[in-house]
Amino acid sequence: MEITGEYTLPAPRQAVWEALQDPAVLRASMPGCETLEKLSDTEFTAKVTTKVGPVKAKFTGKVTLSDLDPPNGYTISGEGQGGVAGFAKGSAKVQLSDAGPGQTTLRYTVDAMVGGKIAQIGSRLIEGTARKLADEFFGSFTAQVAARAAATAPVAPAAAAQPAAPSPAPSAPREGIPAFVWIAGVVIAVALLLYFVL
Amino acid sequence: MVENGIGARVRRKEDFRFLTGQGTYTDDMNRPGQAHVFLLRSPHAHARLKKIDARQALAAPGVIAVITGADLEAAGVGPLPCGWQIFNKDGTPAHEPPHPVLAVGRVRHVGDPVAAVIAETRALARDGAEKLVVDYDPLPSVTATAQAAKAGAPAVHDGAPNNVCFDWHFGDAAAVDQAFAKAAHVTTIDLYNNRLVANAIEPRAAIGEYDPAADRHTLYTASQNPHVIRLLMGAYVLKLPEAKLRVVSPDVGGGFGSKIYHYAEEALVTWAAKKVGRPVKWTADRSESFISDAQGRDHVTHAELALDKSGKFLALRVQTTANLGGYLSTFSTAIPTYLYATLLAGLYTTPAIYCGVKAVFTNTVPVDAYRGAGRPEACFVVERLVEKAAQEMGLDKTEIRRKNFVPKSAMPYQTPVALQYDSGDFITHMEAALKLADHGGAEKRRADAKKRGKLLGVGLSTYIEACGIAPSNVAGALGARAGLYESAEVRFHPTGTVTLFTGSHSHGQSHETTFAQLIAEGLGVPIENVEVVHGDTDRIAFGMGTYGSRSLPVGGSAIVKAMDKIVAKGKKIAAHMLEAAEADIEFKNGTFRVAGTDKGLSIGQIAFSAYVPHNFPLETVEPGLDETAFYDPKNFTFPNGTHICEVEVDEDTGAVQLTRFVAVDDFGRIINPMVVEGQVHGGIVQGVGQALVEDCIYDPTSGQLVTGSYMDYCMPKADLVPSFQVATNEGAPCTHNPLGVKGCGEAGTIGAGAAVINAVVDALKGFGVTHMDMPATPEKIWRAMHGKAAKAAE
Repeated sequence: MEITGEYTLPAPRQAVWEALQDPAVLRASMPGCETLEKLSDTEFTAKVTTKVGPVKAKFTGKVTLSDLDPPNGYTISGEGQGGVAGFAKGSAKVQLSDAGPGQTTLRYTVDAMVGGKIAQIGSRLIEGTARKLADEFFGSFTAQVAARAAATAPVAPAAAAQPAAPSPAPSAPREGIPAFVWIAGVVIAVALLLYFVL
Repeated sequence: MVENGIGARVRRKEDFRFLTGQGTYTDDMNRPGQAHVFLLRSPHAHARLKKIDARQALAAPGVIAVITGADLEAAGVGPLPCGWQIFNKDGTPAHEPPHPVLAVGRVRHVGDPVAAVIAETRALARDGAEKLVVDYDPLPSVTATAQAAKAGAPAVHDGAPNNVCFDWHFGDAAAVDQAFAKAAHVTTIDLYNNRLVANAIEPRAAIGEYDPAADRHTLYTASQNPHVIRLLMGAYVLKLPEAKLRVVSPDVGGGFGSKIYHYAEEALVTWAAKKVGRPVKWTADRSESFISDAQGRDHVTHAELALDKSGKFLALRVQTTANLGGYLSTFSTAIPTYLYATLLAGLYTTPAIYCGVKAVFTNTVPVDAYRGAGRPEACFVVERLVEKAAQEMGLDKTEIRRKNFVPKSAMPYQTPVALQYDSGDFITHMEAALKLADHGGAEKRRADAKKRGKLLGVGLSTYIEACGIAPSNVAGALGARAGLYESAEVRFHPTGTVTLFTGSHSHGQSHETTFAQLIAEGLGVPIENVEVVHGDTDRIAFGMGTYGSRSLPVGGSAIVKAMDKIVAKGKKIAAHMLEAAEADIEFKNGTFRVAGTDKGLSIGQIAFSAYVPHNFPLETVEPGLDETAFYDPKNFTFPNGTHICEVEVDEDTGAVQLTRFVAVDDFGRIINPMVVEGQVHGGIVQGVGQALVEDCIYDPTSGQLVTGSYMDYCMPKADLVPSFQVATNEGAPCTHNPLGVKGCGEAGTIGAGAAVINAVVDALKGFGVTHMDMPATPEKIWRAMHGKAAKAAE
C-alpha cells in the first residue's frame, strides 16, 4: 500500500519543521490522542483512543525518525504488532519546500504494509480509517501552525493578517496523510480489527 | 413398479433435520471435560521462524498447554502425507517436501499454523495466543504461478530448484509435432485459470478425544472421508493402529473437495487430547477457512490446436504451470496431472495430444481438488480453443463441434490420453440443448438486445469428465497410494427394516435419500424402513469417501453388490421354506416366489426367519441377513453434456447479465431427478461464480491474501444467475457398472465456466476481443471494450 500526498501550509518552512516535531502541536492535532511523548529527538510514543462506528479502541505505538535534514524533511517509520491479528509497519519520506512567502509545501510518500488477518480482512478499512483521521489531523495541524505563525509575527505584513485557512490549499490534493498519523491510523485500525473480526 | 425406487422424485429424507436446525455438525458436539485449541497462524507469507516464547502464554488465565512444531517433532509426529506420487519427465519422483503439522523452522504461507494454545475456553485460548511471542525473520515471497519457476524467485522449499515440484508430461509429443507440421490452421490461446476459495458453508472443525481405559483415540472431524483420514493420520502422522482409532464425520456442511484432505488440525487435536488428558476441540472461523482450507485451480496455460482446412482437429498441445501452494495437500499432485491431461480429448476425435505440466511451490495456501478438480481446467482449455478456432476459421460454433465429436457408433472409444470412453451420445445432447435454448432465435434476441444498449453473446461448452477414479490397480500404477473401491453393508433387521452402512459420506449429496431409493428398488422395502448410516469408522466396514462424483457409480454399485448377496441368501432360505429348488425361486418387488406359482414369501418374512431360524436350512445357510460388499470399478465413468449460456453485456458499464442457461447432461441412469437437478444447479452456480466473480488474489509484493473475506472475495448470489433449464439424456448409460450410472456432482462446475466465457467473448466480438480471463468482471470487460485507448488514459 502506498499513499502519497501534498499539503500547503500557511507558515514558513522552519516553523512547519518545528511544529512537526513538537509533541504539543502533534497531540493537539491528532484525533483521540491522549498522550504523546518525545522519548528522544528521534523517538515518540503515543496513546490514542479512537472510535470507528460502534467500536472504541486504545492503542500504544512507537515511531522513530531518521534521515533528519532540518528543515527539509525526514524519514519516519513505525511498526505495530497486533498479536493474532498480524502486524502493521510502514515508513514515510516527508519533504518540506518553500511555496512562496510564508507558505510551505509538505509532500510525503508512505510505503506501508500490513500482514496476516489485518491484510486479509481490512486493507480497505484501514485505508479509509487512515484517510479520515488524516483529514482531521490536517485540519487541526494547519490551524495550529497558522496560530503559531501569527503569534510569532506580531509586526505582520499585510499577508499575515489573513486568517489561516483551516483546510488544505485548494490546489493540494486531499489525498494522503502525514506519515506519523498514517502509521498511528494503521495501528488504530489494527486494534479495531481485533475487535471486529476475532 | 416399486414406490420411491429408481427414477422417483423422492423428497430428501435428510432435509427435515437440516431445515429444522437439528443437524449435528462437529461444532455442535461437545465432549465432557472438553478444552479448546486456538491456532496461531503466520501473518507472513514467508519467514524464518526463529523462536517461540510461550512463557507468558502459559501463565495466562485458563491456558492448559502450548504446543509447537518442535514439540510434535520431538514426540515423533510425522508430516502430513501426499497421497499420489508423480514422476518427472526423466523418471525421477516429484519433490515431496515435508508438510509438518505445525511449522518448523520456516513458515511458507499466510495462515501456516505456528503454535497451538489449549485452554479452558476458546476465548481464553485466543487470549493466551495473544501472549505468544514469535520471532519471525521475514523472507521474500513468491505467490504468482507464472513467477514461481523464474530465475531469482525466492525458494519456498530447500531442495526444490526453481520451486518445481515436478515437471511431468503425458501424450505423444512426436505425433503432435508431426500433426502441427501439416496443419492448415493453428489456434493458440494463453489463459489463466483463476484460483478459487472453496467456501463450504460449514467451516472445518475437529475434536480429539482419548480414552485411557481402552487406549483408544476418537477424532470427530468435518471430513468427506473419515476412513481415509483414519488411514492417513493413523499410518503416517500419529502412527496409531486402526483398531485404536475411530474417526467420525457427522453432518458436514459441504466440502466441494476442500474436506477430502487430511489436515493438520485433525492430527493436532487427536494428539493433544492424549497429551492434556482431555478432549480438545478446534473450530475454524471464516477467516481461518480462507487461509487454511485447500484452494482450487490456479493454472497458467499455453495451448495450441492444430486443424486441417475443413476444421477437423489434428492435434492438441498444452503446456500448463500449476500452482500447488506452500505444501503438498493430500491429492494435490494428481489434480493437474491425471485428472487434467487425460481429459484434454474432450468430446472430440483429436488423434494426437501432448500435455506438459510443471507444478510449482509458492507462498500460498495449498491447492488441491475443488469441485471438478482438473476437469474444469481441461474443459476450459479445450472449449476456449474450439470456440476460438471456430471464430478464426469462420465456422459455426455448433458445426465445428459436430465435425469433431466422437460418434456414438465409435463407443467404446480409446482417446490418445489413456482414457477409454465406454459410452456417450454427444450429438444428441448438443442438439437437445440447442433446442432447449432456442438457439435458432439467438440472432433475433441479439438484435433486440442491441436496441436496449446490450450486447448479447452466446456461449457453448461441451464437456466430458472422468468420475470414480478406477480401477484400483490402474490408479496404483499411476501413482495413487490408495485403492479406490467402495464398501456397503446391507443389514436386514428381524422385523423387516434395513440399515445401509455406506463408505460414501454425504455432505450435501443426498445419499440418505438416493441410496435408500436403491434399497427400495432392489429389495422392495418401503423407503421409510431404510436407514442410511455413513461417516463413522467404527460402524462402517470401510470407505474411500466422497469426491470425484464417485458416490453413486462406486458406492452405489457396492450397495447393489451387497443387495445381490442378500437376494442370493434369501433365495436359499425361501427355497427351504417353500420346499422348492433354489433355482426355481424368483425375487421381484420384495417377494421370493416359486416360479410359475403363487407360492411366495416376502423379504420381511425371510428376514424374520433368518433371525428366528426355527424353520431354516441351518445345515447349509448361516442365520442372519447382513451382507457386505466391496466394489472396485472396471473403468471410470464418463458423464458428459452440453451447456449453453446467453449473456447480455451492458455497453456502458461492462456488467454481465446471464439471460439464459441450458444444461443437457448425460449422467447415465438417473436415480432421483430432483436431486440431480439440485446438483446441476449448484454446480453451474459455482462455475458461473468462477467465470464472473470469484477470484483469490495474493498481493504480489507482500504475499498477503487480500481477498480474505467476503468483503473482497465475491461469491455468486442468486441474482447472478437466471432460472436454469436443465435436462438429461439417459440414452447412453454406463456400460460397466450395475446401475448404468455416471455421477453428477461436478458436471455443472465443469461445463459452466467455459460456456459463460465463450458467451462473454461472443458478445464482445465486435470489439476484436478473442479471449477474456476469468473472472470476467465489468471492469475487465469495459477495458476490453475500450481497448488500448482506455489503457493509455488510465
